[in-house]
Amino acid sequence: MKNIFIAFVVLTIALLAYSTYQGLFVAPTEQTMGEVQRIFYYHVPSAWTAGVCFFVNFLASLVYLWKRNPASDALAVASAEVGVAFCTIVLITGPIWARPVWGIWWTWDARLTTTLVLWLIYVSYLVLRRFAAGGQTQVLAAALAIFGFVDVPIVYMTIRWFRTQHPAPVMGGGENSGLDPAMLHAFFWNLLAFTCVGIVLMVLRYRLQTLEEKVEATHAAAALQGGNR
Amino acid sequence: MTGPSDLPSPPVIVLENLVKFFGRFAALRGISASFAPGRLYVILGDNGAGKSTLLRIVTGLMQPSQGKVTLLGAGSIREVAHRVGYMAHAPLLYDELSGMENLRYFAGLYGLHDDNVCERAMTMVGLDPELSRRIGQYSQGMRQRLSLARAVLHDPELILLDEPFSNVDVRSAREMAAVLGRVRDKGKTIFVVTHQAALMEGIADEFVHMTAGQIVAREATARKANAQVETPS
Amino acid sequence: MTTFTMARATLLKDLRLEWRSKDAINSMLFFALLVVVVFSFAFNPTAEESRHIAGGLVWVALLFAAIFALNQTWARELRNQVLDAYRVSPAPPNALFLAKAIGNFLFVVVLEVMMTPLFVVFYSLRSVGPVWQLIVVALLGTWALVVNGTFFAALSIRTRSREIMLPLILFPISIPALLAMVDATTSILTGDASPDFWIKMLAVYDVVFTAVCLLLFETVLNAE
Repeated sequence: MKNIFIAFVVLTIALLAYSTYQGLFVAPTEQTMGEVQRIFYYHVPSAWTAGVCFFVNFLASLVYLWKRNPASDALAVASAEVGVAFCTIVLITGPIWARPVWGIWWTWDARLTTTLVLWLIYVSYLVLRRFAAGGQTQVLAAALAIFGFVDVPIVYMTIRWFRTQHPAPVMGGGENSGLDPAMLHAFFWNLLAFTCVGIVLMVLRYRLQTLEEKVEATHAAAALQGGNR
Repeated sequence: MTGPSDLPSPPVIVLENLVKFFGRFAALRGISASFAPGRLYVILGDNGAGKSTLLRIVTGLMQPSQGKVTLLGAGSIREVAHRVGYMAHAPLLYDELSGMENLRYFAGLYGLHDDNVCERAMTMVGLDPELSRRIGQYSQGMRQRLSLARAVLHDPELILLDEPFSNVDVRSAREMAAVLGRVRDKGKTIFVVTHQAALMEGIADEFVHMTAGQIVAREATARKANAQVETPS
Repeated sequence: MTTFTMARATLLKDLRLEWRSKDAINSMLFFALLVVVVFSFAFNPTAEESRHIAGGLVWVALLFAAIFALNQTWARELRNQVLDAYRVSPAPPNALFLAKAIGNFLFVVVLEVMMTPLFVVFYSLRSVGPVWQLIVVALLGTWALVVNGTFFAALSIRTRSREIMLPLILFPISIPALLAMVDATTSILTGDASPDFWIKMLAVYDVVFTAVCLLLFETVLNAE
């Protein structure tokens, strides 16, 4: 199992190197926005990976509420943290992209705003995990995770409609703009690479969480045997 | 498992290897026991022995970290809630309502809508049903007596009390203890967690001693014909 | 002994308790007045401009006022640990939730009824669109805030810093509802656009989250 994971990590690093090369050097320069458009190869795959992480968080939380097993809770924490990390990347690359292109730092466009709300929701999830007292943190967090994920489509639809009422610049060229095939190539490689990075990080964080729980369990067993110190 | 080997009816509470952690502190360290019905058990122990934690887990208000509780044959209290009554050192009542108003509300939660039931319960614990004073103005003794009335309102088979006598005046405490004895005599099972062992002498059927999260001794009193002192293996 | 009868009994009990103690309502009304006055100093628009921003102001003001109310929801049940008595009884947990949510709803609606005339006066507000639409938006939007607010208030009982946890968890998830309420109100006041989509969106939000709350409340109530 461990060997497979190490092989996967190596593969991911290779993928990331290749996709970076594709995105920064091979893909053609965009005609209106120039070089800065290359952020697109980081911006969108990050958003996608964050979405995958949050979906994993949703499933893990459901399983936890059903089975109450530590493994699904560990996966829930891991996926939430990695998801927030990628979400942060989206929120940082967005303004970096917007500023040179439109002269403004922020545009309340549907997808960027949805990402912001998602970020807020999952940060509140992480805050809850830190502040919940006692052994029921996992249950409370799992409940919140379900609320959060159910909210996602509603958030997106709401902001989409808001944007059609009050139009503003749209990141990534709008809903239906096609991508030049040469760019598509780089885009898909980056998408794959980022997803793999996301998986690697989730697995690592999951491992860390399970190890921490094992340490706690050892202390607990000691307390049971010899009395509390 | 301990207790007399000839149990005439199924045990009312069965504890299987109960463990409870608060962080790294083990409040309960593997408790297994079985309790026969129709008796008044008094659970004694120092502060930190785990008595209140045990009772809270038995009532189902708190989940154990490991282990299982079987209450009146059921895995969780939700299935047998109408057969169980609970009382704690906090009054579990609304300060801004009168005695009868409180009881009427809680009776409603058990599906009872008869004022007579509430009046009888109040009279049984020595309170006047006519009293329209808000219970926030009661003395602690009166409040705890009302809380006891609330606990037995629905005529439960099993009554669990967690430090019911704390901060209660001696007279009220003695009256409450007497009420518990009478309720037990009707065939109900009672568990009382308390510091005040002396109050329960003469009424208790068995003293259960706890130390550091474990039951260390169970002592049947002379109330029953065959008195014996047993320790769990 | 249905959920409905239990919920009604609990709601009536809560109303009676509120009437007797007048804890929350007095301070809430005064707070509502203060909020309106402070906002009037902060934003001093002309009558024409005010129609465009009143929607946002009213709902933000109400959101903060509602947080205070929501934090109080379970406080009464925790005093004297009465909640334990409910939990050991055979009464269904969802009856408790509904009673609390409906109680909060009524409470916040009272706040709205109090605050609206003040806003109208201070901002010389007159609505271009029909007022009944404003009422529909208000009712749907209030339920959206209150149903999740009641749930998360129960959840935050089991946390440290519970007063701050509630807004921290509630605001992000309520953003779509808030956006809908504000834009719908503005659309109606200015007459610039139709609020129909927003009203449908709020209705969907209400249905979805009421269902999720009812499904998960028992789990959260008994998480100890």
